Amino acid sequence: MPQQITIAVFSENKAGLLHRVTTSFTRRKINIESLTVSESEIPGIHRYTIVVEITEDEAIKLVHALEKQIDIQKAFWYRNADIIHREIALYKVRAEAMQEGSPALEVVDRHHARILSVEAEFAVIQKTGRREATHQLFVELEPYGILEFVRSGRVAISRPMKELKDYLSELHFASQR
Amino acid sequence: MSTSTEPKTENSTVTTERITGSEAVVRCLLAEGVDLIFGYPGGAIMPVYDELYKYREEIHHVLVRHEQGATHAAQGYARASGRVGACIATSGPGATNLITGIADAMIDSTPIVCITGQVPKHLLGSDAFQETDVMGISIPVTKWSFQITSPEEIPSVFAKAFFVAKSGRPGPVLIDITKNAQFGELDFSYEKCDRVKSYVPRPVVDLERVQEAADLINNAKKPYVLFGQGVILSEAERELKAFVEKTGIPAAWTIMGLSAMDTDHPLNVGMLGMHGNYGPNVMINECDVMIAIGMRFDDRVTGNLEKFAKQAKVIHVEIDRAEIDKNVKTEVAVLGDAKEVLNLLTPMVNANQHEQWRQAFRDCDAKEYEKVIRNECEPTTGMMTMGEVIKNLNKHTNGEAIIVTDVGQHQMVACRYSDFKQSKSNITSGGLGTMGFGVPAAIGAKLGAPQRQVVAVVGDGGIQMTIEEFGVILQTDVHVKILLLNNEFLGMVRQWQQLFFDKRYSATEMINPDFQLIAQAYKITANKIDQRDELDAAVKQMLEHEGPYFLEVMVGKENNVFPMVPAGAAVADIRLE
Repeated sequence: MPQQITIAVFSENKAGLLHRVTTSFTRRKINIESLTVSESEIPGIHRYTIVVEITEDEAIKLVHALEKQIDIQKAFWYRNADIIHREIALYKVRAEAMQEGSPALEVVDRHHARILSVEAEFAVIQKTGRREATHQLFVELEPYGILEFVRSGRVAISRPMKELKDYLSELHFASQR
Repeated sequence: MSTSTEPKTENSTVTTERITGSEAVVRCLLAEGVDLIFGYPGGAIMPVYDELYKYREEIHHVLVRHEQGATHAAQGYARASGRVGACIATSGPGATNLITGIADAMIDSTPIVCITGQVPKHLLGSDAFQETDVMGISIPVTKWSFQITSPEEIPSVFAKAFFVAKSGRPGPVLIDITKNAQFGELDFSYEKCDRVKSYVPRPVVDLERVQEAADLINNAKKPYVLFGQGVILSEAERELKAFVEKTGIPAAWTIMGLSAMDTDHPLNVGMLGMHGNYGPNVMINECDVMIAIGMRFDDRVTGNLEKFAKQAKVIHVEIDRAEIDKNVKTEVAVLGDAKEVLNLLTPMVNANQHEQWRQAFRDCDAKEYEKVIRNECEPTTGMMTMGEVIKNLNKHTNGEAIIVTDVGQHQMVACRYSDFKQSKSNITSGGLGTMGFGVPAAIGAKLGAPQRQVVAVVGDGGIQMTIEEFGVILQTDVHVKILLLNNEFLGMVRQWQQLFFDKRYSATEMINPDFQLIAQAYKITANKIDQRDELDAAVKQMLEHEGPYFLEVMVGKENNVFPMVPAGAAVADIRLE
């Protein structure tokens, strides 16, 4: 059964690598739902966090195909239960909606969102959470008019305790043969 | 040229010299032992060509007539010699013309390094003349690729390219070099690459897995070996032979594994797959343990996966982790180099004969001979058949030639009926099925193994896709033999149209040129026959001829290749007629 799977790919960030990563998905007609590239805890190693809807069998094959790429050091796949994950969403609304007494303020409060900035004409609200949470806030703010909305890709931390550096030193050992 | 007095055959020298990027390219090639390169010049690669001119005594440049020919020639060279093939082209159309050959090398695990020129760095992305994003285009079909934009990058990138191309599961590498990097200077020194961070070309073999494999094999009643090109790439032919001879296990091959085991070896039971032999296809669904070695379960091998060897416990010996459990689920996966694994496995397995089990294959062979082979290889009336031509070729080559094929019916027939006594002797486009492969690959094979007889077996369709490479045969005087099996059809497609599309021969009939005139125009001695009684002398004459030779044999127009596993059917449902 297809399910939401998070793929984590680790690499020294090099020009063209993003293309190599994404073609591994597109050639299998796997739609990328979100993609985040960032640093990792190891200097020089970048991390691609990719969310897809695939079966576990597909995930295993995909990770092997990714790891086969010369410049990719390691790849992992996770079920949602295997990770702690969050997204961040920003909402631009009219300044009036954030004025004292506006029921929209109560919505923001209830969602533990915060008002990031208030300008003359508009305000920006920030909400960090799972996708359902940021979506629910969107639904509830919609009646007050959302001028602009953006949600980041997923960032995720894995539950297993084995560290990336241990995987990489194993690989380093194997590549010395 | 270098101003240094040092000899040019550097290996891992630490002394540096100030040279241009374009000279560095040539020096890198020399350091990697390249003495032959296939290519075609053009604007963005001219500085390198200028150096190739200066170094023409050390590196033989073979001028192809289309860049696709350069990649296929490099493939043929690599497959015949076991070395890395090299080719070079300019930017834009030069680079895009390489792509088919690169894709072919990717799917058939052939080590080649392709060099392309590129517009200067400051023009990248400007839609400059002959600019194309060859990196973007080639990424899905290369094992690795890199765009060099400054001369200092050249030595390390070339070293990595050659290492990546030939190590582990081999494959094509593309190096794109901007023109400014060719003109610029660097302090040159060359160090060969023998490892790349986090890249594990030869996985450590897990001895427990080998033991599990041995246990399965020792308890098997009907074991079956299926080997692929991995045996050839790891040069494990002798180890494979030792393993099957000790265990008495019948061994079938994929098209890419052909020639790794002598044709007349009693345990060689033939080809598995769509046009493979009857026994291997039927028995794959009878065996209790399958030992798959250095192969990847292509759909042309397995047919319908749901009905492929479901009863068997599968041992998969494979160097590429991504191939394990990809198509066929394994009982025991032994990740590693075929030679290494076989060396560990053979001492652990019991000697056996499996006489009764092998007899079952022979019974199938008798049936296939009656239904298919006799008609195909020993006809006495009607037009000549492809099979009888190949059988006659065997008679005169004594199974000692390199057989290069194109793609189609003749390919299947050549692979089914050619005799081999030596490995690296079957050169064909297996995975990609690239028509046009045959002639340029045969040129490359002959240059890679000049002491061997090289015969390109081609069809009238495929030959016209790269017939321009006759120009190489003329200019470089390559003593290759071309055997055209002419049925005036795109035969394989026509066969499918006959069997599955109610004989609607859509766009498969060929109105052909006079191939004799074409060959003669390129000063290739040519002959054409259409009578059975001319065959023996014509083949003999072709092979004995001193130089290149073109023999055209007219064969039956609507002959079919059997046996055949219809697409989507189970291999065991193989049709004999």
